[in-house]
Amino acid sequence: MKNYINYVAATLAIATLTQCKPKSASQVVTGDAASKVYVAPGKYDEIYNFVSGGFSGQLAVYGLPSARLLKVIPVFSQNPENGWGYSEETKPMLNTSHGFIPWDDLHHVALSQTDGLDDGRWVFVNGNNTPRVARINLKTFRTEEIIELPNSSGNHSSPFLTENSEYVIAGTRFSTPLEGNNDVPISTYKENFKGTISFIKIDPTSGHMSVPFQVVMPPFNFDLSRAGKGPSHGWFFFSCYNTEQANTLLEVNASQRDKDFVVAINWKKIEEYAKANKGRVTTSKYAHNIYDDKVHSATSTISDGIVQFDAAELKGMIYLMPCPKSPHGCDTDPTGEYIVAGGKLAATIPVFSFSKMLKAIENKEFDGEFAGLPVIKYESALYGEVPKPGLGPLHTEFDDKGNAYTSMFVSSEVVKWNIKDLKVIDRKPTFYSLGHLMVVGGGTKHPYGKYLVAYNKITKDRYLPTGPELAQSAQLFDISGEKMEMLSDFPTIGEPHYAQAIEASKIKDGQVRFFKIEDNQHPFVTKGEKESKVVRTGNRIDVYATCIRSHFSPDNIEGIQMGDEVYFHVTNLEQDWDVPHGFAIKGAAMAELLIMPGETCTYKWNPDRVGVVPFYCTDFCSALHQEMQGYMRVSPKGSSVKLVWSLGDFSSDAPVAPAEKK
Amino acid sequence: MKKIRPLFRWIVLLATLLLVTVYYLPIWSIQLWAPQYPEGLEMLIWINNLSGNVDVINDLNHYIGMGKINVDMFPEFGIMVYVLGFVIFFGVATFFVNKRFMLYLYSSLLIVAAVAALIDFYKWEYHYGHTLNPMAAIIIEGQSYQPPLLGYKVLLNFTALSIPSIGGWILFGSGFTLVFLSILELFKARKERKKNSYHG
Repeated sequence: MKNYINYVAATLAIATLTQCKPKSASQVVTGDAASKVYVAPGKYDEIYNFVSGGFSGQLAVYGLPSARLLKVIPVFSQNPENGWGYSEETKPMLNTSHGFIPWDDLHHVALSQTDGLDDGRWVFVNGNNTPRVARINLKTFRTEEIIELPNSSGNHSSPFLTENSEYVIAGTRFSTPLEGNNDVPISTYKENFKGTISFIKIDPTSGHMSVPFQVVMPPFNFDLSRAGKGPSHGWFFFSCYNTEQANTLLEVNASQRDKDFVVAINWKKIEEYAKANKGRVTTSKYAHNIYDDKVHSATSTISDGIVQFDAAELKGMIYLMPCPKSPHGCDTDPTGEYIVAGGKLAATIPVFSFSKMLKAIENKEFDGEFAGLPVIKYESALYGEVPKPGLGPLHTEFDDKGNAYTSMFVSSEVVKWNIKDLKVIDRKPTFYSLGHLMVVGGGTKHPYGKYLVAYNKITKDRYLPTGPELAQSAQLFDISGEKMEMLSDFPTIGEPHYAQAIEASKIKDGQVRFFKIEDNQHPFVTKGEKESKVVRTGNRIDVYATCIRSHFSPDNIEGIQMGDEVYFHVTNLEQDWDVPHGFAIKGAAMAELLIMPGETCTYKWNPDRVGVVPFYCTDFCSALHQEMQGYMRVSPKGSSVKLVWSLGDFSSDAPVAPAEKK
Repeated sequence: MKKIRPLFRWIVLLATLLLVTVYYLPIWSIQLWAPQYPEGLEMLIWINNLSGNVDVINDLNHYIGMGKINVDMFPEFGIMVYVLGFVIFFGVATFFVNKRFMLYLYSSLLIVAAVAALIDFYKWEYHYGHTLNPMAAIIIEGQSYQPPLLGYKVLLNFTALSIPSIGGWILFGSGFTLVFLSILELFKARKERKKNSYHG
């Protein structure tokens, strides 16, 4: 009997223990989450969510709250799906001072702003590996411009935007020896290595970028940043780490100091200083690539002559604020008064006050200098610390009700806290180890709130397994109530770092549906089938081709010879929404072209054998798509076969039917 | 010959001047819907022009061998400007001459013009819908594609609607008013004749 009682007690004890097990995801979802993310067929999502594609080099666009993938916008990586970086027109977009580069690592996303609000004109993204910043036009959802940043390595602290899109700022993760002094021992890091912060000016009408100047900084690793807004407009706040200035085993050596810094930069003053002073001009080369919708082509220009100023000469413009252990995020709240830093190895979240910081500067409450820059006393600029928020605070965004949401990488949770009293209100687990989080409009003066998305670094068991390599995971939360509520869980492309989101109404009605053929100024445009032709210039052949449902003109070409270089300039004559045509040639070392209505794209082909080679439309365009094809005859070099081209009689240009009425 | 009632006379002028707007407004609208075109396609017919998704409609119609619609295939466009001008001139003349017979002539002119326009439109539609390229990709035995003169009609995967557009409604409204006024004047004239003969 006693044994029996012991047995029951033991069982009960074990049962109680299992209840201490962490909650699994299925237990986390409560209420009518399904109906909150359900967007009925034919209905639209409420929000566009622009999510970095990480190591895919591209930018993903999701609809929220459904989390449906709407589009992947090719930016820094070649995209065989639509010919980005393969067509003659788009190849220059991936040009750099190192030549053509087919890939990059895209981390952060910044929607253009007017008066501190998302205006839906452009989105800026960074290329981390070969430092570049790209601008995407939100009327066409296409990458329109890419500028390379010279004297920069590891463009991670980028791109961050001022409240009227005056500047995009880009800081360096890797400090390196700068021009004129680059061949030095790595161990001379402290003496010879420098970081830079590039100021990229945005033309308010065209959006075109230029780099009027760079600031040369001490060799810290700069991390995330935010511009001030409202009262703090004119300032920038960067987090940085490795103030130890280590050059090896950073994992340990860059984690020694108790405090790193938040760097406060008065960019308005620097802008004035740059206008009044000459600075040093470097000869480092950089590429500037612009795509133009009128000629449907990109041009790449290699420039040099970047102006630099040393941080030390910018007296009264740059200050350091001590910040606990290796901060990552550095975010200004909607009022512009509070600056929240996330020390990823710290146990508290420091909240700085902009007005206290100004006062501290005025009263010279400094703790000496570091690398020639004044260090503001920690307590003098501090508003307060959020006690015990969780482990590994990384990045904070804000809602419309005075609350902040901080991602906790180590403890894998989102923590909601109040900015005024710094008290934690709620915490919810994420799956797993989130990096950035995002609130809709969370970087603006007036956040939209309502939804928060956590972008996680580890996926594991979230979805049906797909071998060792898994998609990344993101989780959508409803933040309209006091407590956060997890709504859904969705896979993403590449690795999602930062993302931003904007009300669909600010973008959807301005969309380009097709390009007007009469506005097409491509040098090889063919504005009608009668103009289609084939021209030989030496061993270069230019095919002026058209496509319309459902044929190419011409569709039979003879007289191509081995050794020829054939340029197929295909103009899509359609003038209706969603009627792209595709183009591909058998055996060509190329990706297909996807030609939008009214656009001209060029496919370069070097025939590699004698024979008849088919080509066809790769995008199902109509009931007769399968008939949309053609042949080219390739003859040996020096062959007597004449260059001829043709299309059957029945074409859309050919007059048919009521001719007698004319 | 008797004068038109003063109120009617002013209505005649108003209805006539309203017709000037027809130069600047679409007269007729042909709309098409298909599963792939939930937003619909529209062709608008103006006094001397076409607008709307004409090119898209042409591109779609070539599958079934229909002709390309273009401005040149409507010689009417060259005439209609003057016909409407004459109608307006006649209306203004009616106002100034201020005689019943002018109003009768005016409304008869309108009826004749309207009937002629509809017959002409029907004939064009018949021709357009029946003149098909024998080389067309899709040929359905016995199928023609004549658009409806007025109202809805299903043509393969498309549903077509043919209705007056704003200019057309103004034409109808003005025309109907003028004809109605003529009838009222006619009744009045008859009454007066009866009265006169009674007294006479």
